Amino acid sequence: MSPFLRSYLTVVWFGLAAFLVASLLLGISALLRPNNPTPEKLLSYESGVDPVGDGWSQSQIRYYVFALLFVIFDVEAVFIFPWATQLERYGGFGLIEMAVFVAILVLGLVYAWRKGVLRWV
Amino acid sequence: MNTVSLIIAEVPYWGQSLLRVLGGLVAVLLPAGTIVYLFLFKMMSFMQSRLGPMEAGPYGSMQLFAEVGKWLQKEDIYPARADKFIFKLAPLIVLASTFLLVVVVPFGPDAWFTNFEAGIFYALAVSSISVLGILIAGWSSANKYSLLGGLRAAGQLIAYELPMVLAVIGVVIQAGTMNLQGIVLAQNSGSMFGFDGLGNPYVLTQFVGFVIFMISVQAELTQAPFDMPVAESELVSGYMTEYSGFRFLIFFIGEFATAGVFAMIASVLFLGGWAVPFSWFGWTTMDSVDNWMNLAGPLILFTKMMVIMFLVMWVRFSYPRLREDQLQRFAWKVLIPISLVNIMLTAILKVAF
Repeated sequence: MSPFLRSYLTVVWFGLAAFLVASLLLGISALLRPNNPTPEKLLSYESGVDPVGDGWSQSQIRYYVFALLFVIFDVEAVFIFPWATQLERYGGFGLIEMAVFVAILVLGLVYAWRKGVLRWV
Repeated sequence: MNTVSLIIAEVPYWGQSLLRVLGGLVAVLLPAGTIVYLFLFKMMSFMQSRLGPMEAGPYGSMQLFAEVGKWLQKEDIYPARADKFIFKLAPLIVLASTFLLVVVVPFGPDAWFTNFEAGIFYALAVSSISVLGILIAGWSSANKYSLLGGLRAAGQLIAYELPMVLAVIGVVIQAGTMNLQGIVLAQNSGSMFGFDGLGNPYVLTQFVGFVIFMISVQAELTQAPFDMPVAESELVSGYMTEYSGFRFLIFFIGEFATAGVFAMIASVLFLGGWAVPFSWFGWTTMDSVDNWMNLAGPLILFTKMMVIMFLVMWVRFSYPRLREDQLQRFAWKVLIPISLVNIMLTAILKVAF
């Protein structure tokens, strides 16, 4: 296996280690803790009164437009990072190119701003 | 040949992986414990004119072990209507994202877990996995407070992810690499206006980026004044409301371990990481760094991490909570435009000089 893939294998080990450590501690806890569920204890917590309606009640997701904007800006970041590492080689040309790119994005942000979607509606 | 490359030559792969994982455990849990004791127990108490824990051990220093012992004995309650499997899974995902994050942090010239060419890119990508855990926790609890808390957390974490990414781009432009070791090298072997006694720590030359990064870290860690997802006066404790016993503690450990790892990454990006300015000892490249830095490096990084954590906690204990709409407005209308301007200014200066 190439060293490149091996270093990513380390990532897998670390992920597994987190699950293993947490499971180990939960296992120790399972040996020590009491287990005495009563119907009252298992009710959803709603500040002491009996829960009203379903726990998965309809709620207004207020920021879905933010989520769309987030995708746009995150993709932008994906494009800017490689450019940023090579800026010394690109020089003035790369600078102007990126200025155009960022200007288009800022235009999008200004448009969203003027449309009023950056408010908490 | 130095000690670390000797270990790599002599020990089989599974042994190396085991050593790495053990090192990762120390790198995650030790800062988390220190942060909780030193800042959350003691500093918070002193700022509020009280002593904090004093009974367990000298100055309460064994308090953490007492707490873990207590939490181990607490009953693990699942709400009857919860979606049990993913309810149990959520805290593990949050903890796993911390472990995946610490993989890229360099601790010395040879003391690293992995040395990705796109290290900081990986760190930014992995740091958003915890959003999934939090959203899962909020949704699976079948509780109105949890659902609202989870949704708030998701909105907040994606909103502040952007200024953070954009602030890092300024550093990448200056260093010319995404490799964290490369960023450390660029800072400590650099010079400011021909003066190399301090190297070129980006906290000075990228000060705007540093401030934006720290504000975003504060929000990503949901520390006050950005702790609306767990606002106790509105949502009990947000997405964690239905969690009890050790699963709650895993969330708690995950929160402060992530705080520690983020502080490490901040000190690598802006304070020069594990190294001291190379001109102090006449080093010039990564290979010329003396071997003892593999031992001193983790301690230096730990010290810098504590300085950053002190700032985060100082803000946390000093400012009241923002309102939810103010939070989104601040991210989109203040931080993102400023960080875009910062990127362009940095690029212009980089090309001009």
